[in-house]
Amino acid sequence: MEQRSPDASVSVAEDAKVRIRLTVNGETTDVLFAPHKTLLEVLREELELTGTKHGCELGECGTCCVLVDGIPVLSCLVLSAACEGQHIATIEGMANGTTLHPLQEAFAELGAAQCGYCTPGFLLAAQALLRDYPEPNRDDIKEALAGNLCRCTGYTKIYEAVELAAARMRGIPAEPADEILYGQQ
Amino acid sequence: MYVAGGTDLYPNMKRLHQTPKTVVSLLRVPEMHEVTTDETGAIRLGSGLTLTEVSEHKDVVTGHLAVAQAARLVSTPLLRNMGTIGGNLCLDTRCNYYNQSYEWRKSIDFCMKKDGAICWVAPSSPRCWAVQSSDVAPVMVAIGAEYVLVGPNGGRTVPAESFYHDDGIEYLTRERDEILTAVKLPKPNGWDATYLKLRRRGSFDFPVLGVAAKITWEGNKVTAARIVLGGVASYTQRVPEAETAVVGSTLNDESISRAANAAFKPSKPMDNTDFGLAWRKEMTRVYVSRALLELRERRRS
Amino acid sequence: MANSRESNLRVIGKPQRKIDATAKVTGATKFADDLYRPRMLWARLLRSPHPHARILRIDTARAESLAGVHAVLTGKDLPEPFGILPVSQDEHALVPETVRFIGDPVAAVAAASEEIANTATRLIDVEYELLKPITSIEDAIANPEPRIHEYSDDGNLHKVINLEFGDVARALDAAHAVRTERYFFEGNTHLPMEQHAALAEASADGKLTLWSATQTPHYVHRALAKVLAMPASRIRVIACPNGGGFGGKSDPFSHEIVVAKFALITGRPIKITLTREEVFQCHRGRHPVLMEVTTGVTKDGRIKGLYFKTALDGGGYGSYGVASTYYTGALQTTTYAIDNYKFQGARAFTNKAPCGPKRGHGTPQPRFGLEVQLDRIAEDLSIDPAELRLNNLAPPNTVTANYLSIGSMHLGDCIRKVVEGSEWKQRYGKLPTGRGLGLACSSYISGAGLPIYWNNMPHSGVQLKCDRSGGVTVFCGSTDIGQGSDSILAYIVAEVLGIDPIDIRVVTADTDLTPVDLGSYSSRVTLMSGNAALQAAENARSVISKAVAGELEIATARVSFAEGRVFDAQDPNNGVAFAKAVQLAEASFGTVGTVGSYTPPKSPGRYRGAGVGPSPAYSYSAAVVEVEVDPDTGIVRVPTVWIGHDIGQSINPTTVMGQVEGSVYMGLGEALMEEMTYRGNRNVVHKIPSMLEYKSPTTLEMCDVVTYLVGSPDPNGPFGAKEVGQGPLLPIMPAVANAVYDAVGVRVDEVPITPEKVLKGLKDKQRGGSGRVGPKSFPEINWGELTQVPPPWDGGDGKALPQEVSASGTTHPERQH
Repeated sequence: MEQRSPDASVSVAEDAKVRIRLTVNGETTDVLFAPHKTLLEVLREELELTGTKHGCELGECGTCCVLVDGIPVLSCLVLSAACEGQHIATIEGMANGTTLHPLQEAFAELGAAQCGYCTPGFLLAAQALLRDYPEPNRDDIKEALAGNLCRCTGYTKIYEAVELAAARMRGIPAEPADEILYGQQ
Repeated sequence: MYVAGGTDLYPNMKRLHQTPKTVVSLLRVPEMHEVTTDETGAIRLGSGLTLTEVSEHKDVVTGHLAVAQAARLVSTPLLRNMGTIGGNLCLDTRCNYYNQSYEWRKSIDFCMKKDGAICWVAPSSPRCWAVQSSDVAPVMVAIGAEYVLVGPNGGRTVPAESFYHDDGIEYLTRERDEILTAVKLPKPNGWDATYLKLRRRGSFDFPVLGVAAKITWEGNKVTAARIVLGGVASYTQRVPEAETAVVGSTLNDESISRAANAAFKPSKPMDNTDFGLAWRKEMTRVYVSRALLELRERRRS
Repeated sequence: MANSRESNLRVIGKPQRKIDATAKVTGATKFADDLYRPRMLWARLLRSPHPHARILRIDTARAESLAGVHAVLTGKDLPEPFGILPVSQDEHALVPETVRFIGDPVAAVAAASEEIANTATRLIDVEYELLKPITSIEDAIANPEPRIHEYSDDGNLHKVINLEFGDVARALDAAHAVRTERYFFEGNTHLPMEQHAALAEASADGKLTLWSATQTPHYVHRALAKVLAMPASRIRVIACPNGGGFGGKSDPFSHEIVVAKFALITGRPIKITLTREEVFQCHRGRHPVLMEVTTGVTKDGRIKGLYFKTALDGGGYGSYGVASTYYTGALQTTTYAIDNYKFQGARAFTNKAPCGPKRGHGTPQPRFGLEVQLDRIAEDLSIDPAELRLNNLAPPNTVTANYLSIGSMHLGDCIRKVVEGSEWKQRYGKLPTGRGLGLACSSYISGAGLPIYWNNMPHSGVQLKCDRSGGVTVFCGSTDIGQGSDSILAYIVAEVLGIDPIDIRVVTADTDLTPVDLGSYSSRVTLMSGNAALQAAENARSVISKAVAGELEIATARVSFAEGRVFDAQDPNNGVAFAKAVQLAEASFGTVGTVGSYTPPKSPGRYRGAGVGPSPAYSYSAAVVEVEVDPDTGIVRVPTVWIGHDIGQSINPTTVMGQVEGSVYMGLGEALMEEMTYRGNRNVVHKIPSMLEYKSPTTLEMCDVVTYLVGSPDPNGPFGAKEVGQGPLLPIMPAVANAVYDAVGVRVDEVPITPEKVLKGLKDKQRGGSGRVGPKSFPEINWGELTQVPPPWDGGDGKALPQEVSASGTTHPERQH
């Protein structure tokens, strides 16, 4: 049986590149890329910001989450060309110099990052949550993170880390409970 | 091709369902982001509002809870931050023989919705059976919303119901070059509505059944009703038999049961979404009952 | 108890950050696809659109002439077969002749960009002659032809096993009650968040480097050497941190070999990243398994005989399948004392993506059948299911009927903890309709007793370098797939040398720099690389002790290590800083470098098949699951899981907790929604190869988890540690099934337990039926000659009884494991 290769599917993108001014993690850069490139691709391939990951490239897993003007979005479904003038925040910009953000600190402390692949997306989604709701309850956290899949942690340590960080960001010198660290006795 | 949030179009483009040479973003048209309330109390939502904006907007939450509910049930928080209300109302029909990669579709020799000649869900049928999968659309039909369309020949307003068409390929009655610019939600006036969604998980998933119900009350009597099914046909499917079953009643158990049975009969899901079709059909009864019960309880409290 | 806060240990048993935690929360960790090299090319594979077909012709001319294409490969360029098991060398990097599932790679392109490579694959014309596809276990039994592989045991049955320990027929005859039930466990897949990726680079001096998202760099190293016909010493394999593995990155894969070949041909670095759909095609996940379980019990519920039959749907290739098949019969005996045990297992070849090892490798399926069966027996005999299990526990420090040596065993404590925590005694069987509790237990290996290929060398090696700066570097071939194995090395060395884990640098998973560790599979790494690290650290401690004893003029035995100092245990002020101690040692004995290695103890089993199941230590888990079942829809919700895990000794209790919670999560997904299904009537396409339609639980489905870490140090584990990465997954599926029965009286003898099945059971009950949903029959299989092994209590020595020479004389030579 002869296999068809429908010519409709065969076309190499020969687009001229566009030059767009992007502001990423507070720094503005002119970037040259083919206009069909997604924000995910430009961040990783042009700006070498590989902290933003991908799990499906179809908007079905949340791994590629970044903040655009503070709002968590799926960078695999954003065209970079549409981002001119917007403020993009990636995981690389989350820490303040060598001082980790309280969320990063809490994730590290509780082992909320296992393989770490979904972690950047979770951290950014959680950061946006805590900006709007500094004192979220467990259900608020579940709702806010319901667009990020994790296969390692069962989400439990992630919730606990968000709660720990939220308390600390409200100025409470919180420490994790024994059952979080050691299990129930 | 026009694009708003891109959450429907770009995955389709990546899988070569749609292959536009150029896309034009509508996101920076200011009018499409406006929410206005006219003198009659009707709300006009710009179609470029994100689903998050719609679900959180004060006027929508207070006056049109069902719209807010439905918008909030779409996919994930991340996607709702991007996807627009207009995009959701124009959502491409879905089918798990169609929403697959080019290579996957090639392995079954494609289907009539793209590149092929047959509908794999119903191979002997001459038409495409892809499924209407918007959560908000059934609500719009139920509450009698109107869509504002703008094209080269000017604008027109159409009832939501007539916007959808029972065909997996030609699923909208919109002209090719028309843009959905706004939705007019009627003034809440003695009626109440709700939306229930059935799916495997609490997020990500498209509906495998959606039930939108609107009841107009006079005292404790139902004077009018609209019951609309989503996710089981290529269009937002009104079930007049179920509506008739409750009009004139107090929405007592018996009338709810009659409506549920009436909705069950014409609910004909096909084997092209998650879950088996027999169960989805069976759930029509349960979800129509629950939607009506919710409206009754709300009225009584 | 070993897992409480009180202990003399300074690092072990204490919550610690993982040594790579900061890199992971800042996005600094470099996964395979995060690597870019100058002049790098991109590769794509063309995969078969047919489940079973013969390649008649491949024409690559159009692809080769596309601008930007650097090279195209087909099967003839890589003719040497490979496979993870020596007995199943049945894969080719690119299929030379017969494609065996949709997604089997047939050609590959190297191009200047991923887009060009992608386009070029669509310009390759392949002419196929279609063969009848084999779509299921039953189909494979009914159709020995067309044969998917020529080397199979019997037609399209890849592997057939027939083993008996003791006399099961007699035990069943003598039993108070005998029950036979059938169960089915649908296949599912790992779905790591990271798509597989690999990057290869070759240098002009004939050396090759491969970076890959692999759990088993050592086996990839061997496969590359074999297929590329190169000396292994010129190949360097570096396993990048894996963005999740769960067993899915444990085989050598086509894409790894293809980029290596391209790098050699083009002289350019080249990378490949698979699409999510291709990750589904790589699969190697949970085998669909049909089971028939026959139990004979005494009046008080003691299991006297167990007869277990399994039929596995293996997909298109061998992968770990021979081991998987044995595993469906191996660990039934490590939880409960079973005097007479018969196991028959068969693995079918079908034209689907190959199955292999997923978390729990071959044991979750039989565990599901066994634990639901016990729930039934408890009901039959009116014995509490927890009591029934407590009465049947396999004793510690014994050898089982199938010759597995059990060491520490605290399943009883696990059961008691979850029974207490869940208020089982007050609530089981007494909750209102629609709510229920279910209990199940399990056991898992802490590493396999035998390597995948036969050899007498250690399974794990560590080299330790103590620098005169006081810095310590640990070199080990182990691969961190997110479970924290790099950190385990640091904690253990830190404990022994009395220094802070942060002062230890860990270099792992690099075949040029690190001694071999077999890989991150079978929950072997903490125990095996941990023991190797312990030995290396103790050797370093010994050298340093000698030097410091001389300096302090005390007996070597008095030298103690703690808080970055080396000192006289009887006079702690008399001592030196650790860096100074290393300098003293270096001055006396030269550069301070030590080694450690680990080889598991020999197992007493001597029969064919005895290689699968032995382990230095078994972990144990017990879980109680609470469910809420909606009687109108059949939808099952799980609010809470209580789980007790016998860990022996936690190295880091917080990461142990993370493994338990993650296991519960994955078990919940398997119990309720995950399934790898195909449309057998539509060219055997995978029904749902996407993150959207393969249902992985979100935050909104995940239950609360109450975890109890129990146990006492196992003599074979480093500091007594046993595994945790896989075992806690196993009891979840049967516990959910048992809880659904408690809630609504419906037995769903299939996984996943979907709303459709529950509702079907409810309706059946309403109509006066049993309410059971599950497989009705088990296929007739020619099991071949029975291998009989007398158990230890019948005077057995671990060997099989001599077999009568069969008329056909068919035996299947193979190596163990």
